[in-house]
Amino acid sequence: MTSLQPGRRTRGRRQPLPAPVFALAMVAIAFFALPFVGLLWRAPWGSMLDVLGQQSVRTALWLSLRTSIAATLLAVVFGVPLAWLLARVPFPGRSAVRALCLLSMVLPPVVGGVALFFSFGRRGLFGQYLDQWFGIRLPFTMWGVVVAQTFVSMPFLVITVEAALRQMDRRYEDAARTLGGSRWYVFRRVTVPAVQPALIAGAVLAWARALGEFGATITFAGNFPGTTQTLPLATYLALETDPDEALVISLLMIAVSFAVLIGLRDRWLGGARAASA
Amino acid sequence: MARFVPTVLAGSLLVVACGRATDPSAHSATVFAAASLTDAFTELGDAFLVEQPGADLTFSFASSADLARQVVEGAPVDVFASADLTNMAKVVDAGSASSDPRSFATNRAEIVVAPGNPLDITGVDDLTRDDLVVVVCAPEVPCGTYASEVFDNAGVEFTPASYEANVKAVVTKVTLGEADAGIVYATDVLAAGNAVSGVEIPSDVNVVAEYPIVAVSDNDIAQAFIDFVTGAAGQRILAANGFGAP
Repeated sequence: MTSLQPGRRTRGRRQPLPAPVFALAMVAIAFFALPFVGLLWRAPWGSMLDVLGQQSVRTALWLSLRTSIAATLLAVVFGVPLAWLLARVPFPGRSAVRALCLLSMVLPPVVGGVALFFSFGRRGLFGQYLDQWFGIRLPFTMWGVVVAQTFVSMPFLVITVEAALRQMDRRYEDAARTLGGSRWYVFRRVTVPAVQPALIAGAVLAWARALGEFGATITFAGNFPGTTQTLPLATYLALETDPDEALVISLLMIAVSFAVLIGLRDRWLGGARAASA
Repeated sequence: MARFVPTVLAGSLLVVACGRATDPSAHSATVFAAASLTDAFTELGDAFLVEQPGADLTFSFASSADLARQVVEGAPVDVFASADLTNMAKVVDAGSASSDPRSFATNRAEIVVAPGNPLDITGVDDLTRDDLVVVVCAPEVPCGTYASEVFDNAGVEFTPASYEANVKAVVTKVTLGEADAGIVYATDVLAAGNAVSGVEIPSDVNVVAEYPIVAVSDNDIAQAFIDFVTGAAGQRILAANGFGAP
């Protein structure tokens, strides 16, 4: 944690930017901001409370929060070891394995959902045994949503943590090992704390991706209120009949994610950014 | 940097400019049509172009609600064909239509099941069986409204495993074997060929979906296409695709 402190001091320093860089940065900000301005401009502020009070909206919000947090936890539990393997262990075909693990980032999510069907669906390659042997069926269940979200969001955690592991100064781990720390102890007390800012940043990215997940979820898990209808699905279907309701739900999603992103940045990511600078 | 930036900008503009291939001449028309019309209208378009050499049609297929919204928001489109009257009314009420809507086809609901109907599903009553995974369209889209009308007519209390976003998604779930049955349009069962079987719903509990078409620009090709769809040749093609007469 002490490594964050020097970073904090450099935070307020102003760096003069070349004018063209500054101008392009402003264009980028405007590009991100304008769609949200448009959304706020069209938002039906009068009916805001009515829509937010609807049981269906609250059910979808609650489901979205639970599934996206579960997906993030799964991404951390499996993604950190994967990142460690990719960063530290040279093995034949490592770049192919890395590419494979990041494929779901570029795959259209709907295709990802169909691929999940073929493998984990009721008639899928492995899913049929899950069903026959354990009676587990993922499609149309909350766990189907979590699987779909984990599938598309874990790569964000893996690339972030892998980059940090590669950049980290390995002499700290070597020193800890020389001092008699076991492999597990060193991983837990030296490696993980050293990449903690990246781990949190990656987890937040993965969570944000899971929260907004639409294509793989609606394809693989279906759409049923309280079980598989997350906020993005509710938004999409509301758009069919009641665009105002869709706008309000989108604003709710934006508010939730904005609050989390800003809150986390101030607590952890601000330090992470400065420390890596 | 100073030289690099304009190069990148010019490059991206060039890429974007090359993407715009269509030139808005009176010989081409853009048609927005409900997803359930995909096969029928593709075939209709080919037949129309044989009659009108030199003309050019561009189709966009999506849910009627999506398309209606795009038309109202001012999408560059000449013809709108909807799977229900509600979404057509949205377009007409918004003042986007430049002619009166005409009904050109009807469709009916049908139960879609695995090929050969291995689970022996015989009617709407069977869909409540505990051993079945059944999906229907969401109430927000026309096929979902029709499905709930069918259950109401049959006096059956029913909760599906999932409310799918469109009718093609229902067919896909049954084709993939994830769902045992679903309620779709009769034309979807026909279009899916050997991948599924259909179980007819008796007409006393079934619904009739009415398909209206309208011009949303003053384009001549658009009007000619509407005349073709409602004319004898167009009606033959629609019937071959499982649609009923208006």
